[in-house]
Amino acid sequence: MVGLLGAVGDFDVAEEAVQDAIVAALEHWPSGGMPANPGAWLATVARHKAIDRLRREARYREKLALLEGSPVMEQERRDERLRLIFTCCHPALAREAQVALTLRAVVGLTTAQIARAFLASEATVAQRIVRAKRKIVDAKIPYRVPLDEDLPERLGEVLAVLYLTFNEGYLATDGSAASREDLARDAEWLASLLVRLMPDEPEALGLLALMRLHRARSAARFEHDGRMVLLRDQDRGRWDGAAIRGATQLLDRALRARRPGPYQLQAAIAACHARAATWEATDWPRIVRLYGELLRLGDTPVVRLNRAIALRHVAGAEVALAELDGLANELAAYHLFHATRAELLRALGRGADARDADSRALALTANPAERRLLEDRLRGAEPAR
Amino acid sequence: MKYVFLFTGPDEEWEATPAEERVRVYGEIVKWFDEHGQAGRITSGEELMPARTATTVRRHGDRMIMTDGPFIESKETVGGFAVVEVPDLDAALALAKSWPGQTVEVRPVVTRAGESARG
Repeated sequence: MVGLLGAVGDFDVAEEAVQDAIVAALEHWPSGGMPANPGAWLATVARHKAIDRLRREARYREKLALLEGSPVMEQERRDERLRLIFTCCHPALAREAQVALTLRAVVGLTTAQIARAFLASEATVAQRIVRAKRKIVDAKIPYRVPLDEDLPERLGEVLAVLYLTFNEGYLATDGSAASREDLARDAEWLASLLVRLMPDEPEALGLLALMRLHRARSAARFEHDGRMVLLRDQDRGRWDGAAIRGATQLLDRALRARRPGPYQLQAAIAACHARAATWEATDWPRIVRLYGELLRLGDTPVVRLNRAIALRHVAGAEVALAELDGLANELAAYHLFHATRAELLRALGRGADARDADSRALALTANPAERRLLEDRLRGAEPAR
Repeated sequence: MKYVFLFTGPDEEWEATPAEERVRVYGEIVKWFDEHGQAGRITSGEELMPARTATTVRRHGDRMIMTDGPFIESKETVGGFAVVEVPDLDAALALAKSWPGQTVEVRPVVTRAGESARG
């Protein structure tokens, strides 16, 4: 029993410690500035007070970032934060439980906020969190940073949770866009926290760079009326140049470690797009090469699809279409497969086939912005490319 | 902390496996039990006869009804188990990953008040 109680205690104490830091940073720093010894001072702050009201404010992240980055932040506190992250993202927990638990315990969101972000009911999210905590205790999931030999796999698990959370927020285009934008920001914040805690992990850096590169372009992704704008049609003047430069530097830092991985490669691809002055000026041969490397790390049909899209600009629509047709079985239910095929068919002058493919894509997506784009195409409102 | 490993897999496939291959896998399994038994990580374990030999006795009101076969019909059945004593779930999962067979379900064992939770 002692062992079990120990596990409960650890987890709850750690969760509260995170909340302490948030409240403390908010209450003290507006007037007093950065304290000389944040660690000691943090420990004296009252718990729980005003957390719900304050935790969602953007300022807390900035202040916390300063705190985490300061040399006076004790090793102990860093380790505690890492233990909490790795425990929340333990592979013995279901992915959705990992996500909910991480947002609850590490970011400090309320159950209601998590439910809103994932379009789930509060009861469902609450149950997920309770079940996950119970499993941590009952199955005795250890509360620690994984051993060296397990670290690559376990870090991969954490990064997957962060990336999923980010995509959930970033790709959302429905009525709840605002609360989901917050989610993408939370995920980015988590990634930057991880980078500060594990500065020598190039994949963590790669993921952070990837998120920042995506967010740097977010202002150009939608028209004022909510209509989605494809990358090639985006007004590149609305991209955040400073953010792109910052993210590119992060990526360069990651690449210097010479331990490539899927997130660094995806960030490198995103950087290629972000640096190009126009769609036509994009370095397509490099993008094809990067997708090739990504395929070597993990051969998936979706990566093949993306490689085929880039290949079109290097080898022509015919070659890309042949590549795509090899994926027809595996991606039959994926709307972007059909939408991509439609574009290639249209470029090759096969209008009727293109319309068929667009109709299939339309039948496979519920996303309102994507539906609108496909409907426009089917009406012939969008010119052939 | 005590866990039970339930070793599962498709019965039929196993019975259809060539004798030579079965002997090889049995050899690895015996080695696995020996190694981890001697290290004190496994306290006991058994291999079960195939699920086709099972009889299920189930309560229906105040009567117990007998049926031929396992409690749940599925392609995968429990083929054996081991009782494992390790510090925590990570240690249990590491051990499960070294299992030479197909699939392992790792289940923690209930610790009752008064019993000391070792590890």
